[in-house]
Amino acid sequence: MSREKVITVQDLTKKFGDFTAVDAITFDVYEGEIFGFLGANGAGKTTAMKMLNGLSKPTSGSGTVAGLDVIKETEKIKERIGYMSQKFSLYEDLSVVENIQFYGGVYGLSRKRIKEKTEEILTELNLKDVAKKLVKSLPLGWKQRLAFAISMVHDPAIVFMDEPTGGVDPKVRRQFWEAIYEASKKGRTIFVTTHYMDEAEYCDRVSIMVDGKIEALDTPDKLKEQFNAETMDEVFLKLVRN
Amino acid sequence: MFKVFKAFVRKEFYHILRDKRTLLILFGMPVAQVLIFGFAVTNEFKNTEIDVLDYAKDTTSEQLINHIQSSGNFIVNAMLTSEQEMEDGFKAGESKLIVVIPENFSADFYANKRPEIQVITDGSDPNNANTLVQYITQMVNSFQTEKTTDATSPFQIQTATRMLYNPQLESAYNFVPGVVALILLIICAMLTSLTIAKEQEMGTMEVLLVSPLPPIIIIIGKVTPYAILSFGIALSVLLMGNIIFSVPIVGSFGLLMLMCLLYVITALSLGTLISTKSDTQQKAMMTSLMSLMMPSMLLSGFLFPMSSMPKILQWIGHIIPTKWFIDILKAVMLRGVGIDFILLEVGVLILMTVVLLFATWRSFKIRLE
Repeated sequence: MSREKVITVQDLTKKFGDFTAVDAITFDVYEGEIFGFLGANGAGKTTAMKMLNGLSKPTSGSGTVAGLDVIKETEKIKERIGYMSQKFSLYEDLSVVENIQFYGGVYGLSRKRIKEKTEEILTELNLKDVAKKLVKSLPLGWKQRLAFAISMVHDPAIVFMDEPTGGVDPKVRRQFWEAIYEASKKGRTIFVTTHYMDEAEYCDRVSIMVDGKIEALDTPDKLKEQFNAETMDEVFLKLVRN
Repeated sequence: MFKVFKAFVRKEFYHILRDKRTLLILFGMPVAQVLIFGFAVTNEFKNTEIDVLDYAKDTTSEQLINHIQSSGNFIVNAMLTSEQEMEDGFKAGESKLIVVIPENFSADFYANKRPEIQVITDGSDPNNANTLVQYITQMVNSFQTEKTTDATSPFQIQTATRMLYNPQLESAYNFVPGVVALILLIICAMLTSLTIAKEQEMGTMEVLLVSPLPPIIIIIGKVTPYAILSFGIALSVLLMGNIIFSVPIVGSFGLLMLMCLLYVITALSLGTLISTKSDTQQKAMMTSLMSLMMPSMLLSGFLFPMSSMPKILQWIGHIIPTKWFIDILKAVMLRGVGIDFILLEVGVLILMTVVLLFATWRSFKIRLE
C-alpha cells in the first residue's frame, strides 16, 4: 500500500508484574483506514489501546501515533487523537450544545471555532431542533452519533473507539457504521475495538488478539480464506480454540 | 489553560444547578442543620414539668418551691401527697423530676443542720436527668445562700461559677462551629467524591483523561466550584449563628477564613481520595458516610464531649480532622485568640492535609495506570 502510515507499532509490550497483558505486538495502520481491533475480553485490547492513547507507558517496544512517539510525546498525541468510549461519554445533564462547547473547550478550541463546529455538527446530524435539549432526552442512536461527532470536534487524525456499539440494537448499529464510513471517506483513520464479529466485516482490516498477542491480521476476506471460514465469527472461534 | 479551566468550571456548575439532590444538600441541609441544632437539639430547657412531694408543707418549703419555679426552667406539674403517686408522672411522661421535701425541713434548715431534700429523676433519659439535677442543685444552693445571708453561718463556702466565653451556656456556641465543620466536610468531601465517582461511572472520566487536559486540572476543575460554594455556605452559617443565635465572632475574621480554607483543602483531598477508591457513586456515598460523617459527628467532640469517651475512641477522635477544626473554630470565634495559641491544632491539620494530598495523588496515579 502506498498510503501513509498513521500508526506504527513495533514489539509493543506491557507487563503488570509477572503478567504480560500485551505481548510484543507489531502492526501498522494506514491513513483513512477503518482498523478493527478484535479480541475476547481480557485479551489485552484495552491495554494496547491505552498505550496508543498515551494513558499507559509501554514496558518495552516502540510505536508512533500520528507521527508522534508513544513513549516520549504522549501529551502531543492526546491533542491529535479523538476518543469515544463504550459509554458514549456525553454529559446527560448538559444540553447538546453545552456538550459540544465543553469538549471544544477541553481541546482548547477558540470561541469562534467552537461556534463553527457547533453549527456544523448540529446541521450534519440534524439536531437543530433539539440543540437546547438535555442529552438524556435523546434516543440512544442520536446520542451515539453525537458522541462520535464530538470525539472529532478538534479534527483529530485518528479516532479511537472502544466498543462504540455495545448495547445498541442492530438497526442503530448499522446507522452508526454509516457515520463511521462517512468519517473515513474524509480521510479520518478509525481504530475500533469490538466484539461483534459481524461488525468486523465492515472494517478494512482486522487484527485479532488472543492472550496478549496478535494472532491474525488482514482484510476480513483474506482472513476468511486463510481460516477456511464462512464468517468472521468462525475465524474468531477457530483462532481462539487453537 | 485558563480558558480550558473556565470551560470545566462552567460545566461543573451546570451539573450542580441541574441536580436536585446536590442542590438540596448544598442549600437545604445547612439551613436545616442550623435550625434543628438551634431549636430542637438543645441542652437548655425551659418550663420542664416537675412534681413535688412536700411533707413539710410550711412557709420555708413553699418558698423553696417558688424559688425553684422562679428561674423559668421548672414549673410544678403536680403536688403529690404520697409516695405511691410518685411514678405516675414519670410513666405518663409528664414530669421529668420529683423533689421530695422532708417533714423536718424548715427546722433543720434554720438550725443549720444540713437539711436534706431528695431529688428523683427519670433515669431512662440519663443526659437530660443529669442536666436537670445540676440545675435543681444550683437552685437549691442559691436558695440556701439567699436565706442565710447574715452571720448565722460564717463558715459556709460559696462556690461562684462563671462560664467564660459563653456565660449563658448557650448550646449555639457549641453547635455553630460544629455545623460549619460538618457542612464543609459534607460539601467538600462527600459531594466531590460523588461528582468524581459519577464521571467514572458514566465513562466520561476516560474521555477526559484521553484529552490533552492534565489530570491535575481535571481534579482542580471539579473541586473548585464546590470549594467556592462551601465557602459561601460556611459564611452564611456563621452569619445565621450570629443573627439568630447571637454567636459572636470575637477573633480575627481573616484568620477564621484562612482556617476554613485550610480545612476545605483537607476535606477536598479526602473527597478525592475516596473517589479514587470507589468506582460508583453508591460506593463513594457509603464510604463518605461511614468513614467521614459518622465519626465526625460522633467522635469529634461535636455532639458528645471527648473526655467522657473510652480511651480508644478518644484516639480515633484525634485522627479526625473535624475535631481539630472545631477546636480551632471555637478558639478563634469564641475566645478570640490569635494564631500563636492554636499552633498545635493548625500544625496537626496542616500535617493531615499534606499526608492526605500525598495519598490522594498516589492513589490517583495508580488509578491512571
